[in-house]
Amino acid sequence: MSEQGIGASVRRTEDQRFLTGRATYTDDINRPGQKYAYILRSPLPHARIKSLDVSAAQAAPGVVAVFTGADMVADGVGGLPCGWLVHSEDGSPMVEPPHMPLVTDRVRHVGDQVAVVIADSYFAARDAAELIEPDYEELDSVASLGAALADGAPLVWDEAPGNRSFHWGLGDKAATEAAFSSAHHVARLELVNQRLVANAMEPRCYLAEYEPASQQYTLYTTSQNPHVIRLLMGAYVLAIPEHKLRVVAPDVGGGFGSKIYHYAEEAIVTWASRKLSLPVKWTAERTESFVSDAQGRDHVSHAELALDKDGQFLGLRVSTQANLGAYLSTFGSCVPTYLYGTLMAGVYRTPAIYVDVQGVFSNTVPVDAYRGAGRPEASYLLERLVDHAARDLGMDPVELRQRNLIPADAFPYQTPVALEYDNGNYQATLAAALEQADYAGFEARREAAKARGMLRGIGVSCYIEGCGIAPSQVAGALGARAGLFEVGTVRVNPTGSVTVLTGSHSHGQGHETTLAQLVVEALGVPLESVEVVHGDTAQIPFGMGTYGSRSLAVGGVALQHALNKVVDKSRKIAAHLLEAAADDVEFKDGNFVVAGTDRSLGFGDVALAAYVPHNYPHEELEPGLEETAFYDPKNFTFPAGCHICEVEIDPETGVTQVVDYTVVDDFGRVINPMIVEGQVHGGLAQGIGQALLERCVYDEEGQLITGSYVDYCMPRADDLPSFNVSTEKTLCTHNILGVKGCGEAGTIGSPPTVINAVINALSPLGVTDMAMPATPERVWQAIRAATRH
Amino acid sequence: MYEFNYQRPGDVASAVAARQGNADALFLAGGMTLLPTLKLRLAQPAELIDLAAIPDLVGAHQEGDVIKVGAMTCHDEVARSATVREAIPALSTLAGSIGDPQVRNRGTLGGSIANNDPAADYPAALVGLGATVETNQRQIAADDFFTGMFETALETGELITGVTFPIPARAGYAKFANPASRYAIVGVMVAETGGTVRVAVTGAGPVVFRQAEMEQALAADFSPEAVAGISVPADDLNEDLHASAEYRAHLITVMARRAVAAARG
Repeated sequence: MSEQGIGASVRRTEDQRFLTGRATYTDDINRPGQKYAYILRSPLPHARIKSLDVSAAQAAPGVVAVFTGADMVADGVGGLPCGWLVHSEDGSPMVEPPHMPLVTDRVRHVGDQVAVVIADSYFAARDAAELIEPDYEELDSVASLGAALADGAPLVWDEAPGNRSFHWGLGDKAATEAAFSSAHHVARLELVNQRLVANAMEPRCYLAEYEPASQQYTLYTTSQNPHVIRLLMGAYVLAIPEHKLRVVAPDVGGGFGSKIYHYAEEAIVTWASRKLSLPVKWTAERTESFVSDAQGRDHVSHAELALDKDGQFLGLRVSTQANLGAYLSTFGSCVPTYLYGTLMAGVYRTPAIYVDVQGVFSNTVPVDAYRGAGRPEASYLLERLVDHAARDLGMDPVELRQRNLIPADAFPYQTPVALEYDNGNYQATLAAALEQADYAGFEARREAAKARGMLRGIGVSCYIEGCGIAPSQVAGALGARAGLFEVGTVRVNPTGSVTVLTGSHSHGQGHETTLAQLVVEALGVPLESVEVVHGDTAQIPFGMGTYGSRSLAVGGVALQHALNKVVDKSRKIAAHLLEAAADDVEFKDGNFVVAGTDRSLGFGDVALAAYVPHNYPHEELEPGLEETAFYDPKNFTFPAGCHICEVEIDPETGVTQVVDYTVVDDFGRVINPMIVEGQVHGGLAQGIGQALLERCVYDEEGQLITGSYVDYCMPRADDLPSFNVSTEKTLCTHNILGVKGCGEAGTIGSPPTVINAVINALSPLGVTDMAMPATPERVWQAIRAATRH
Repeated sequence: MYEFNYQRPGDVASAVAARQGNADALFLAGGMTLLPTLKLRLAQPAELIDLAAIPDLVGAHQEGDVIKVGAMTCHDEVARSATVREAIPALSTLAGSIGDPQVRNRGTLGGSIANNDPAADYPAALVGLGATVETNQRQIAADDFFTGMFETALETGELITGVTFPIPARAGYAKFANPASRYAIVGVMVAETGGTVRVAVTGAGPVVFRQAEMEQALAADFSPEAVAGISVPADDLNEDLHASAEYRAHLITVMARRAVAAARG
C-alpha cells in the first residue's frame, strides 16, 4: 500500500477550502445584472385558486416581473417528470398527475409554488409578494396515510381514486401463503416509519443566466447530479437542447438525497432568465426548505414472519402504505417499491416473500429518497420483526439471526425478491460485532446500570443494502426512465499531472480525495498532481450523479476502467520508446520497466512523448493521453454488516441515552478508511436521529407542525456516543475494484438497532413495542403503561 | 425582515427618551427572540433601540446580601461570574443551561424576562429566589412581574435596568430541556432564603408559578423525599408535540426532587 493510494487514510484535500471559508457555493456566485426571485407559496394544504391578481406586485418598487403558472403554460412549459414508471399488481401504470413548476388551478400542500416575483433585490421581491392576494377556495385535505386511504377521503388528484398512485407487489404470493399455512409460529408487527426532513446544511439555491447572443443557458444549482437536471429540465420541462444548456453544481453543502431531484424553482429561474434576458437567482430560506425540499420515509406497514418450530424463517409477508406527498417527485415512485421491496430478504434465507406497497397521495410535501432511500425502511421492518419473533419464541435474537443467515458458501444467492447477492459473509460481520461489543458481557453491564437506577438495553441488527442500482437494462425493464451507468475521464497532461473528470458529484463525500487515490494507485503519480473535476456539464462528458452510495461502486469503477485504458496506451508508448515488445514492459511504481532489464522510463516521460510525439508509434496510436470509460454495472453491490447498540434509560424521565455503539461493515475494498469511517459516523448520527429525535409532523389538515428547529429535533454531538467502527472485507465480485459503497449504511442499520435496544431495556417491565422516535414521553408512557399492570 | 430605523444610545436616559412617544419603537436587548421574529416578518417595528452600548446595564456584583445583575448581562457572563458562582451557584447553573454557547453570549437577563417566554429559564430563577426587578421607574417584585404568557408588569416604554437576587441559604435548579430547542419543558428552581422556601416552576404552565404544596413540604423537611410523593395536577399545564400536560406534571415532581438534591449539594 502506498502512502496515498488505495487503503491509505489520506486527509481530505478539499477540506482546506471548506474549513477556511473559501468554498464556492451556488449562493456565492453572482452574475452582472442579476435579479432575485421570491416564490409566493401556499399557506394552505389544499385550495382552489379562484383568482390571482398580481398587478399590485408588478407595480411595486424594484419589481422586474411577476409570473404565474398561467404564464408558464402559455409559454409551453411542461411538468416536472417522475423518473420511474411503476406498474401496479394488476398491470396498470401508476397514476402520474402533472407537476407544474407553478400551480395553475389548485395548491396541494403548504409550500406549493403559486407565483414568482423577480426584483432588484431579494427584499423588494419579498415585499412585493405580500401584495399578491390569491383568492383561495379552501378544499378538504388529507395529510396522513390513514386519512388519505379512508373511505370517502377528499381526493388530492381527481384522477387518482382512493388517493392511490399505484398498488405494487413483488414476490411469489402463492408460495408465501403456503409458507404461512405450514408455519409453527407467525410473528406480527405494525410499524410506522415516520416522515423526516433531510436538512442539508446548505439550503437549495439556483442561479440561471440566459445569454441572448448565443442563446446559451447556464444554471448554477445545488444539485447532486447536474447532468440529470440538464436532461430532465431540458428535455421535459423547458425544451432546451443539451448543447444550449450548461448545468453547474459547484460546492454543495450536503444533500442526503434531497438534492437529487429536479425542483420547480430550477425550472422557474431558468425560464425567467430567458423571459427577461437577465440572470435570476433564488435562494431558499430555512423555513422554505422545510416546506419545499422533498422529505423522506413516511410508511405504515403490517409485517408477518412465518417460522418453523426451530426458528427457521419460512415466509415473510409485508403490506406497506407509502405516503408520496402531493406530487410524484423524481424518484418518489421507485423508493418505496424497487429500493424497498427488493431488500426484504435482508441477510436471511427466507424462502418465500411477498411484499405489496400502496403509493398514496396526500396534501403534504412530496416524499423522495433520503439517505438510504427505501433500504432503511426495509431494514427497520425486517430487523424489528426478527427481534419480535425472537421474543415470541423466547429465543436470543442473535441466535435466531444466526440460524437464518445466508451461509458464506451460498453465494451468488438468489433472493425471492429479485436480487442476486454476489458475495458476503454475514456470519463474520455478526461474530466480529458480538466480539467487539462484548455481547456476552452485557448482563453484567445491565446489572451495574440497574444499581445506578438506570435501565440498560442492548440491540442488534444485521443490515444489507443494495448500492449502485444497476444494470441499466434491468432498471429500464422495471420502469426506470434513465440509465444508471457512470462516466470517468482521465486526462493526463503533457507534464504528467492528471485531471480527472467524473460524473459523480461530491457534496460532502470527499470524492476529490478518494478518486484521486485511485489515480495515485494506478499511475504512481503523487496525490498533489491529481485534480478531480466534477459538477459541470460543460467539462464532464456525462454523468448520472451521486446517490444510492453509487459514487465509488459505479463512478469510481468507471474511472478505474479509464485508468486501465491509460495504462494500456502508456505501456505501448513506453514499449516503443524502450524498443521492447509491449508485453515485456511492466508498469510499477510509476515506471515502465523492460522485464529482466534495467531499462525503464517514468510515467511523466511517457506523458510528454504522447503530447510531443517526435519519437512515437504513429502507425499504431493517436497522440495524446486521455481516456474515457462509460461503465454500466452488471449488478447492484451489496454492503452488509452488523450494528450493536447499548442504551441507558432514565425510568423517571424516559430519557434514552445511547451509551455504546459498535458497527462492523463489509464494504468490500476500502479506498480511504478515514473517509469511510466518517461516512459511517454521519450515517449513524442520522439513523440515531430518526430512532430517538427526528420527526416531521403535520396536523390533520396538513399544516406543518415541525416547521423549524424549535420543534424538529436534529441530532447533536452530545446526543451521540463515541462509535466503535470497523470493517470486514469480502470483495464485490462484479466490479474491478471489489468495492461496494458506504454512504448510506449507517443510516440503514441504526434505527432498528437503537429501537431493539430500547425495547430490550424495557423488556424486564414487559414492554414489547416502541415507536420512532423513542422520545422521552413515549418511553415514559410505555414504562407507565407496563408498570400499571 | 422589514426595514426599520436603528438607534444605539449610550445611556439609559437616552434610551428611554428615544422610546418615549414612539409607539412603533422596540428595545433590542440580545435579540434572541426579537430578531428571528423580525426575520420571519412576524413583527414590524418602525424603530429598534439597541441597548448594547449602555455600559451601566452590564455586569454582576454583590451588594451586602444581594447579587445585582445588570439587564444587559449575557447568560454566559452570569454563568461564568465568580461572584454569582460563589453566592448563588444555582443561578450560574441555570444561566449556563440556557440555549447553546451562541445564545448564551448574545441573550441577556433583561431581554429574557421582558419577553417572558413560558419556557424560558430565568423566570424560575427570579421567582424561586424572590428577586426584584429594577426598572428606570421602580422596583417590581418577581412575584408581581410575570403576569401571563409573554406578558409582564412592564408599562410601555419602561426599561429594565437590572435584577436584585437575595443570596439564598441554599438553592438548586433542575431542568428538563426540550430536546430540539433546549428550552425548558419543565424547569424547577428551589431555594431557601431567610427561612422561607420557594419552589418556582417554568416551562410547564403558561407562565412561571410557585408550587405551594412543595414549598410547605420543604419548609418542614428540606429533602428530596419531601417532594417525591407530591403529584402535581395536570390541569392548566402546557401541552405540545414534545410533552403532554400529564408528562409535564410528572416532570415537575421529578425535577423538584432533583433541584432539592442539587441544593443540598
